[in-house]
Amino acid sequence: MKILVVDDEKDVQFLFEQRFRKEIKSGEMEILFAFSGEEALAFMKKHEHEAVLILSDINMPGMSGLELLKHIKEKYEKPPPIVMMITAYGDDENYDYAMKLGADDFLTKPLDFTSLKEKLKTRIV
Amino acid sequence: MSNNKPEWLKPLIYAISFFVALFAIEATFSLEYITKWIWHIFLLSGVIILLRQKELRVLRLFILAFVPYLVAALLSDLIQLISKDYFIKWDNYIDSAKTLTLIWMAAILFSHNRQSKIAEKERIKRKLEDELNKVIAVRKDELEALVAERTAELLAQKEELENTLADLRNTQSQLIQSEKMASLGELTAGIAHEIQNPLNFVNNFSELNTELMAELKEEIDNGNFEEVKAIALDIINNEKKIMHHGKRADGIVKSMLNHSRSSSVEKEPTDINELADEYLRLTYHGIRAKDKSFNATIKTYFDESIGLVNVIPQDIGRVILNLLTNAFFAVKEKKNSLTYPIAEGEPVKENKDDYEPTVSISTRVIGAALGTKLGGNRVEIRVSDNGNGIPHHILKKIFQPFFTTKPTGHGTGLGLSLSYDIITKGHGGELKVETKEGKGCTFIIRLPKI
Repeated sequence: MKILVVDDEKDVQFLFEQRFRKEIKSGEMEILFAFSGEEALAFMKKHEHEAVLILSDINMPGMSGLELLKHIKEKYEKPPPIVMMITAYGDDENYDYAMKLGADDFLTKPLDFTSLKEKLKTRIV
Repeated sequence: MSNNKPEWLKPLIYAISFFVALFAIEATFSLEYITKWIWHIFLLSGVIILLRQKELRVLRLFILAFVPYLVAALLSDLIQLISKDYFIKWDNYIDSAKTLTLIWMAAILFSHNRQSKIAEKERIKRKLEDELNKVIAVRKDELEALVAERTAELLAQKEELENTLADLRNTQSQLIQSEKMASLGELTAGIAHEIQNPLNFVNNFSELNTELMAELKEEIDNGNFEEVKAIALDIINNEKKIMHHGKRADGIVKSMLNHSRSSSVEKEPTDINELADEYLRLTYHGIRAKDKSFNATIKTYFDESIGLVNVIPQDIGRVILNLLTNAFFAVKEKKNSLTYPIAEGEPVKENKDDYEPTVSISTRVIGAALGTKLGGNRVEIRVSDNGNGIPHHILKKIFQPFFTTKPTGHGTGLGLSLSYDIITKGHGGELKVETKEGKGCTFIIRLPKI
């Protein structure tokens, strides 16, 4: 399964790669990275339907995670990819807005990787 | 000459009585041959007495006027008494002499009269002057009292004004401090976000390392040293990440403290690009935290060749923060003012969907200012937005203290005026603005490199 992680913090890549080391090694998961909303959209255009799950930060310069979510949910109608939002602020406003736009899940930073792993596994199955 | 002295009165009355008595005797008894001698003695001695009076010195000329006639009259009578023949022989001459003395007397009296008239005029004039002087003196005293009173009033007013000025200065410095605090408030959300991110990394990587340590122990037990090496390398890298993000959070807290510090005059070599980038992130996140729906395209053009510039970092940071906050505010305003197209075919000025709020910050090296003899390059920082621009009629006022277009309670009106002071007075640079109504505006900071 392919997962696209969108975050403007580059170190997120190291974190995910180590956290999912076993899963990556075993080929169970393939994690790709984009460092802005624009980059994520460009990637998705190039590799349509390759990513089945998108994990996106909300607060990013330029296109925000919520805009990216809006774009994805509007453009990719037939099997729209699963989009999970991640934010440093777990406020209701952001949550409500993300849900209205069709987010599949809403996670707050710092990420609890054990529960994230479980969520990912159940989602894919 | 009026003389009211009583000692003058008595002899005068005696003299007048004597006159009257002598006239009476002369007229009744025809004793002219005797009385004329009495007249002579009486008049001459009278003249001598009068001349000897010190108080009558001014009248001396007047008295002397009579003397030649009296002497001539006496001599004429004496000659007559001594020799009648001789008298008759010289009668004409004696008469002429007598006439001459009379003319002399008349001339003197006339002249005296004139002089005394002039003197009288002078006296009246002097009297008037004296009276006038007295009035003036009284007036002067009154005026002096009035002036003293007014001076006291003015002094009191001056003191009051000085107090007011001191109060105002006090209030001004309080306002400047509260402006700093207000801008810190604007930063808070941005700061929270900026600190939260590195802290998350610190937590995540150290948690990861704990797990890796356990794995490491396991692999050592298994004797799988290839794996041990790989894990150890990961641990080292993660440890570096922890350090990096810890320092990042530390730097943010430090710059926040610097920002709120009352005053610092220490200039230090500063990386302007790094400073601009740091404040750009803080400002953007600050605004985003307040208004979730807000978004803007940020463009940065940092000229890496500018090197270090000697500035007070928190002051320049404050200026950049202020300019960026204004820029974001401007694009937000414009976005809010635009409308979506209502019906197809209907002409729309600018479509809300077509408008892309853009804020850009750039740096570059430019030449020395015109007119400066000594060379030395300058560094230029430009903060631009594509908002509505600044209307021409308020352009001159934007750097004035307390001028604000924001609603009451939303801006202190000190941001740009403080920024202006920081750049011009604090750093010897210049702060300029270029704007086109409806198109946006650009603030330009130019700082000397030395």
